[in-house]
Amino acid sequence: MSIILDHVSYVYDADTNMPVKALDDVNLVINDGEFIGLIGHTGSGKSTLVQHLNGLMKATSGTIYYNGEDIYDNDYNKKELRSKVGLVFQYPEHQLFEVDVFTDVCFGPKNLGWDDKKVQLKAYEALKMVGIEDEYFYQSPFDLSGGQKRRVAIAGVLAMSPEVLVLDEPTAGLDPKGRDELLNKISELRRTTGMTVVLVSHSMEDVANYVDRIVVMNKGRIMYDDVPSEVFKNYKELEEVGLAAPQVTYIMHALNDAGLKVDCDVTTINEAANEIVKALKGRK
Amino acid sequence: MSIVKAKDLTFEYIRRDEEGNVDGITTAIDNVSLDIKEGQFIAILGHNGSGKSTFAKHINAILHPTEGTVWVDGMDTSDDANVWNIRHEAGMVFQNPDNQIIGQVVEEDVGFGPENMGVPTEEIWQRVEESLKAVGMYEYRKKSPNRLSGGQKQRVSIAGVLAMHPKCIVFDEPTAMLDPNGRKEVIRAARALNDVEGITVILITHYMEEIIHADKVFVMDKGKIAMEGTPREVFSKVDELKALRLDVPQVTLLAYELKKRGVNLPDGILTKEELVKALGL
Repeated sequence: MSIILDHVSYVYDADTNMPVKALDDVNLVINDGEFIGLIGHTGSGKSTLVQHLNGLMKATSGTIYYNGEDIYDNDYNKKELRSKVGLVFQYPEHQLFEVDVFTDVCFGPKNLGWDDKKVQLKAYEALKMVGIEDEYFYQSPFDLSGGQKRRVAIAGVLAMSPEVLVLDEPTAGLDPKGRDELLNKISELRRTTGMTVVLVSHSMEDVANYVDRIVVMNKGRIMYDDVPSEVFKNYKELEEVGLAAPQVTYIMHALNDAGLKVDCDVTTINEAANEIVKALKGRK
Repeated sequence: MSIVKAKDLTFEYIRRDEEGNVDGITTAIDNVSLDIKEGQFIAILGHNGSGKSTFAKHINAILHPTEGTVWVDGMDTSDDANVWNIRHEAGMVFQNPDNQIIGQVVEEDVGFGPENMGVPTEEIWQRVEESLKAVGMYEYRKKSPNRLSGGQKQRVSIAGVLAMHPKCIVFDEPTAMLDPNGRKEVIRAARALNDVEGITVILITHYMEEIIHADKVFVMDKGKIAMEGTPREVFSKVDELKALRLDVPQVTLLAYELKKRGVNLPDGILTKEELVKALGL
């Protein structure tokens, strides 16, 4: 059970004299239950890539296999694919439109042709999953806070029971607590449901704190694909392509340069604190 | 001299139901008084819904106080006769660069503001050139904004504001949609405008690292000013900030975690260099 991208390329404006290769021979395997961080500068091809995962965009060449089946086969059920791979766009709260929160979340599953009972049950579960309390169910989504609106919008996708959840910059514009709450929820969901999660992010700290594996895109190609500590070792190369390492990486390098022998591969504050304490004890 | 001054500022939204009946009243800003001096770099922090953007919109008279008064460069924002002058003096840069760029060519976009002000053509071009140079985008002046990166687009937006020769620029989460490099470019541009041109900068952000150089930080909560002080004073209060749904810079957080593990460090470390020094390395 996995998503396999086999030599996928996507060319914009192919029939003009200025074709743009948004994806250039991408090979990628996304395994069941993985938590993947997808990073890259603006225009590196991340959003194009994620829109291929649920068939919203069709590769110019190459193939994508979902659970072993070629999604470009003529008889492949595209509609089902879109419910299996749930895509949460940037600023998903801009897509809320219904009169109340519950009706809004029902919209997606209803369109899958499920009966009312199942739709309502799934909507209820999804709202609970993202931590929206019952008291908000019949309020207008527009009366909620920014963080709540975003969680309602994500519930709208979760209500379709996706096997893979793809989130395109889900924390942009949220306050720090809202950011932590949302990412903790997603992390917890993945643990409890076994769902695969692909997180597109511009925050190296978020990626370092949550994901198991990082895919770095540059100019439509995959530049790195590894665990966070390995990827962030290449911080100089990442800077050259408009990215960076988490701040803690720079702090550890500064300490190391100043003579405190610490492991510079740690990627979270907690690991760094433990590492520094250990190194300080070693000096005494 | 004060550039933005608020006295007992209160702003209420009236919520209405579908029939237009009053449903309730939300107090977005609750009796705020503050004084921002010309040439300062000010940061405003606060969780979503704390009132910071509502406050920002008072600075260039998009919103008017329900009670109290806001003065921009001595002009009362409630007086309609002042609105245009206020908007020339206090520019605003928003979150999404794509919503702020209208021109087909970078230099046209930047010239749009001064043109609307009736600035003579000759001078418009002069201002366009100066503004693009100030944000490091002059070499892109003939390009289409569509082909630029997020950080570059945002710098063009800043140049557009700059060309109107404001005394003060309010940045409302200008980096929220940008990649790490774009964030750096925009903050560097904002700091340069403040340092070199002496323009007052008011920066609203959720990225704590961006404001460690600010002269003063205001933290808003429930429409009130919950904390104010230098970045060092404000970021020394890690628990208090977390309770307000905020954070501290990563290096400050690391120092805080080290302290909890028994390492002797002062509060409010803001840079990695300070941490190195405080650890006696």
